[in-house]
This record gives sequence, structure tokens and C-alpha cells, in this order.
Amino acid sequence: MEWYSIDTWILVTGSLAAGACALLGNFLVLRKMSMMGDAISHAVLPGLAIAFLVTGARASLSMFIGAAIAGVLTAVFTQWISRFGKVDEGASMGIVFTTLFALGLLLIVQGADHVDLDPSCVLYGAIELTPLDVVWRPTLFGLSIEVPRTALVLAGVTLFNAVFVVAFFKELRISSFDAELATTMGIDSKLMHYLLMTLVAVTTVACFECVGSIIVIAMLIVPAATAHLLTDRLWLMVVLSVLIAIGSAILGHLSALIVPAWFGFADTSTSGMMAVMAGLIFSTVMLFAPKYGVLQRFVKRTQAVK
Amino acid sequence: MPELSDIWNVLILRDYNTRLVVICTILLGCACGLMGGFLLLRKRSLMGDTLSHATLPGVGLSFMLLVALGGDGKSLPILLAGAGITGVIGCAAVLFIREQTRIKDDTAMGIVLSVFFGAGVAILGVIQKMPEGSAAGLESFIYGKTASMVMSDFQILVFITVCVLTCSLLLFKEFRLLCFDENFAASLGWPVKFLDILLLALITAVTVAGLQAVGLILIIAFLITPAAAARFWTNQLDRMLMLSALIGAASGWIGASLSAFFPRLPAGTVIVLVAALFFVVSMLIGTERGVMIRFLRQSQLEKRMGRQHLLRALYEILEGGRVTEELIIRTVPFRQILGRRTWSDRKLRDYIRRAYNEGLVEAPNKADSILLTETGLVEAKQATRNHRLWEMYLIEYADVATSRVDRDADMVEHILGDKMVMRLENKLQAYCLAGSLVPQSPHPIHPGD
Repeated sequence: MEWYSIDTWILVTGSLAAGACALLGNFLVLRKMSMMGDAISHAVLPGLAIAFLVTGARASLSMFIGAAIAGVLTAVFTQWISRFGKVDEGASMGIVFTTLFALGLLLIVQGADHVDLDPSCVLYGAIELTPLDVVWRPTLFGLSIEVPRTALVLAGVTLFNAVFVVAFFKELRISSFDAELATTMGIDSKLMHYLLMTLVAVTTVACFECVGSIIVIAMLIVPAATAHLLTDRLWLMVVLSVLIAIGSAILGHLSALIVPAWFGFADTSTSGMMAVMAGLIFSTVMLFAPKYGVLQRFVKRTQAVK
Repeated sequence: MPELSDIWNVLILRDYNTRLVVICTILLGCACGLMGGFLLLRKRSLMGDTLSHATLPGVGLSFMLLVALGGDGKSLPILLAGAGITGVIGCAAVLFIREQTRIKDDTAMGIVLSVFFGAGVAILGVIQKMPEGSAAGLESFIYGKTASMVMSDFQILVFITVCVLTCSLLLFKEFRLLCFDENFAASLGWPVKFLDILLLALITAVTVAGLQAVGLILIIAFLITPAAAARFWTNQLDRMLMLSALIGAASGWIGASLSAFFPRLPAGTVIVLVAALFFVVSMLIGTERGVMIRFLRQSQLEKRMGRQHLLRALYEILEGGRVTEELIIRTVPFRQILGRRTWSDRKLRDYIRRAYNEGLVEAPNKADSILLTETGLVEAKQATRNHRLWEMYLIEYADVATSRVDRDADMVEHILGDKMVMRLENKLQAYCLAGSLVPQSPHPIHPGD
């Protein structure tokens, strides 16, 4: 295995994306809205397509705005359909995101002559290519560093999410566990809901432009769920989830380079392997967690029988 | 625009390729609609999402296996079998996580979805760099390749859908109970776990069959949307499932035909959009749970409640003023009625106008006070009587405190049927004052100002 500076940047961008997602993911998991990340990451396609058709260029800001609007609309439509139509929330989410995704595909195919947008790129992302787009060359300790654009964007998003979670920690905690209590305490839990959804949409869009939607979906849920099995304290859960996310990002990239070689193949997709590594960490914790692990519960149950 | 004769040719399925595609999508829509109905009622609609994503590593792995055995990796049945196997493993993983840990349903589905799909992407990544086979064909599993389906696809699809339809019809009774009361089914000694897994296996089969036709993402819509649309029209399971299958089939037919008329309309996306249109229309005008019908019912109930509240308020004010049974003077000042309840000025005037149109009240000298007519008095007596019967029932049988009974009775009296009134009447006759139609209030009535 050979290591280039590109690999370092892949690690940095991957970790930043994973951390940004994991921060918000905790609250999605606690609010039983885990599938929202999946829904939003599919539903932004029409936003991307429309922004592209309108501006005629792959300018990242307009595409970003288009996708973020589509993401927020997904959350809003899901709420509307489940409230006004009395449809199960999961079903309404499924209807909204598949419809938007179909619409996006249709727009792309219809405008195929002048849309150079590959849907599979949205799905998988191209984290391997991100370090090539260098925008900033600072010199630190005599070393010139080439910072890619995505690393800057993701650092911004991660910082913003971290500030949001810290600043609204109390509000998020109370409204996630008990929305009615939050209302009686003067916290607008609906506002918190839409704020969170907006941030999820923005993060999703920012991340998968850089690293692909599969990382987003996985990192929103899997690290938070893993941390949920390890602790009962919310702040600890948030910290753990971020650490787990970064860990799976690093392991993911390493294994993408190493594992296929064991079977005599070339390297593989980093995004996919990051999700797989997160899954492996989750399974390990699920089995061996000290309090909520499957083994521990099994031992407890057999002891209780005796 | 296509020629009229072209449209006709598509509709009567004259063209061989169109015929194949349209029949495939109709069958698939039918099977997906049916299975989606069960999923919806089990509140597991997104299981289809997880399932379809979990098929990807299976496709990749069986492709690699085929290549390793020396083939070109394009044997559809084996690819689909691989997809089915990882799909079922994914479902089992969701059930395991949900039952063995504190992780909830939605998170379990999200974990399995993302990890399995990630594995699939990683495996496809390996395949793409393999010297032997190109992975180009595998892309069609993600986006579907409806328009270029061939006879062998058709045969597999027909085989799977027919199997699924037969199975679910044979086990209809079992699945129905599973959907509505899993615990009751278990207490009857039914193999609930086995049925659950069988249902998921059938859904996996449909999903796998649909991968070719509409692709991995859009099959999710096929599993959710028709069922959710059908739910607005009926409360009966068998009708809902039939309707759902019908909507699925219709979306398949219309979508596939549309995509045959126009260039660059991929069938999968059009089918999903047609199904979504069905959903929106059903949600608005569905006769059982649609938005409009529910709004209508709500406003009717509100009107009925307003009318009863007005009549009772009038009666109780009159009752407080006069002890005589006949209540000769039946005029009540508006302000006094307004003070009886927490209703807004506008609402009360609205109720009075309605009562006036029905001939229950009259307003002799405009605005200031209203007069209860002869029919109005009869109706008012009835309303007050119902309310008091309820209050007594609640005090006697439901142990509601006297101080709260007025409010509780208020919430339930409007749904009291005539038969129920009769039964309560017989039971509570002892409490009525002899000779009076209206029993005395069991609690003091506070006069409004």
C-alpha cells in the first residue's frame, strides 16, 4: 500500500463529513426519524437538476441552494402528508422521497442534452477525486499545504453543526425526549424540528457533493445508534458518536485500500467501505456493549432464571 | 406529439416490445400493491426501502462468484437469487437488532440499509476494476431498464409475481390477523414469527423481481404509494388490498404506455409519478379517510355540537328563571347566552343564525334577545335531557366527580345514539323528577352574567 498526500486529504474530508453527520444524527435517532437522512439524500435530486437547468452551469452555490430547498421540502411534505392525510410517517416519507427522486431523474433525462449530471455520482460521490480541487495553499512551519475546497466546505459545516448542537443543547434534548414538556417550558419544538431538518438537509447536500450520499446516510445513523448502545447520557452519546464516525471514516479508507488486495483485487470505493466499517463497529458494540449489549442481556437473563 | 394510431397501437399492445413491458409493469404493480398493503398496515412501509438497498451486495457478490467460476457474470436468475439472499439477510438483521437491543425500528432499518448498500457500492467498486467482466449491466439494477426488457426477464417476472399472488391469497386470513393483532394471533397458537418472515420473503421476491423493471429506488415507491392511496378509500382490508393492487397495476400500465409514446421518458420514473398522482388525488377525495371528507365530517360535527350547546344554554337559562313547567316567557338576552360558555361572539351568532333558519329560535326585536319557539323548546328539552342523562351515567357508573361531570358529558353527549338514550333512560328513570321530561341537573348550574 502506498500513501500519498491525497490519501491524507481523503481521510480529512471523510472524517469531517462523518463528524458533521454524526452530530445531527444523534437527534434523528432519538426522535425516531432515522430514515430522514436517506429520504433527504434521494429527494435533493430535483433540486440539483432544477438549479442546473436554471443557471446552466454546475456552479456549486446555486446547486447547493436548490438541493437544500428540496431537502427541507421533503421534511415539510412528509409532515403535511402524515398530519393531514393521517398516513403513517414512514409511508409518507417513502412517498415523498421516491416521487421527488423520480422527478429529479426525469428532469435529468429530459434535459440530457444540456445537463451534464450523473445521478450515480450523486449516489456514490467521488471522494477519491476531492483532493484534486485545491483552492487554498497556506504555508505552515515551512511546509506548503494544498487545502482542497471540499475540506474547507466540510470544516465549515462541521463547525456550524457543532455550534448549533452546543448552543441549543438544552432545547434539542428536551424536545427530542418530550416534545410536550418542551412546549410547556416555552421551547418551540416545531421550530426546533424544522431547524434540525434544515441543518440535516444542508449537511446532506454539502457532504454528498463531496463524499457521496451513502456516507451521509450511514454516518447520520450508525455512529449515533452505536453510541446509544454505550451510554445513557446525551452529551456522552454525542461525543462518542463523533469519535466513532471519525474512526469508521479512517478505517474505511484504509480498508478500501487494503482489503481488496487480500483477494487479489485492486482497491475499491472509499465511501462504501466507510459505511461497512461503521456497520462492523456497530455489530461489535451491539454484541459486546457493557450494559445494552446482546451478550450482556443474554447473561443477565440466564442469571435471572437461576 | 405521437400520432393517434401510435397511441392506439400502444394501448392495444400491438407492438411486441411494448406489450412485454406493459404486461410486466402491470403484473409487478399488482403484486407490489398487494404486498405494500400488508407492509403499510404493519407500519413497515420503509422496510421496502431497506430491502431494496440490501439486495445490491447480493447482486455484486453473485456476479463475482459467476466470474470466478468462469462465466461472464450475466446470468439473471443467479444475480436475482443473490439479491434475494442478501435482501432476506438484511430483513433478518433488522428484526434481530429491533428485538435484541434498545435500538428502535426506524434506526435498525437505517443501519441495515446504509451498511448493506455501502457494502454493495464497495463490491461494485471492486468489480469495476476487475479485468474480466464489465459491471455495466449491474447498473441497471439501480436505475432499472424497463424499456429494454427481454423475454427471459419477462418469464422470471411472471413466475415470481404469480407465486407471490398465489401465496398471499392462500394465506390471506393468516396475514390479515398478523396485520391487525399480532399478539392475538400468537395467543391462538399461530406461528407468528414464521408468518412474519414468510411475508417478508414474499416482499423480497417482489422487490427482486422489480429491480430489473423499475430499479432499486423506484421499486420502493411501488411498494408504498399504491397501498397508501388505497387506504383513503376504504377501511376494509380485502377491499383495500384489491384497490391497492389495482392502483399499482394502473400506474404500471399508464406509466409504461406514456413512456412508450414520448421519447426520453424512462418508464420507471413515469410509473412512480403516475402512482404519486393517484396518491394525491386519493388523499384529497378519498371517500373514507380523504382530507375533504374528513374536513366535511368535522365541520358537520361542529355544527351539530354548536346547535346542541345553544339549545341547552337557552333551556338552562330559562329553567333557572322560572320554576313553572310551561316556561311561558321564552325570551333570553344575548349577553346572558354568551356568558354560558366560552364561545366567541361570532361563533354564537353563527349558531343562532342556523337555529333561526331551522325555526328553533326567533329574534323579535333584533340582536338583543332571542326567543325559543315551540319546536325549539322541544329540541332544547331533548338536548338538555341527553346531557343530564350522560352526567348521571358518568357519576353513577364511571365515578366521575360532580365538579367535572359537566365537561366530560359535554365531550361525549354529541355522539349519543337514540338507542343508547333509550337504554340510559330506562336505567336512570329513578333519578328523573316524576312527570318531568328533563331530569334535574346533578350539579348546581352557575348562571351566566
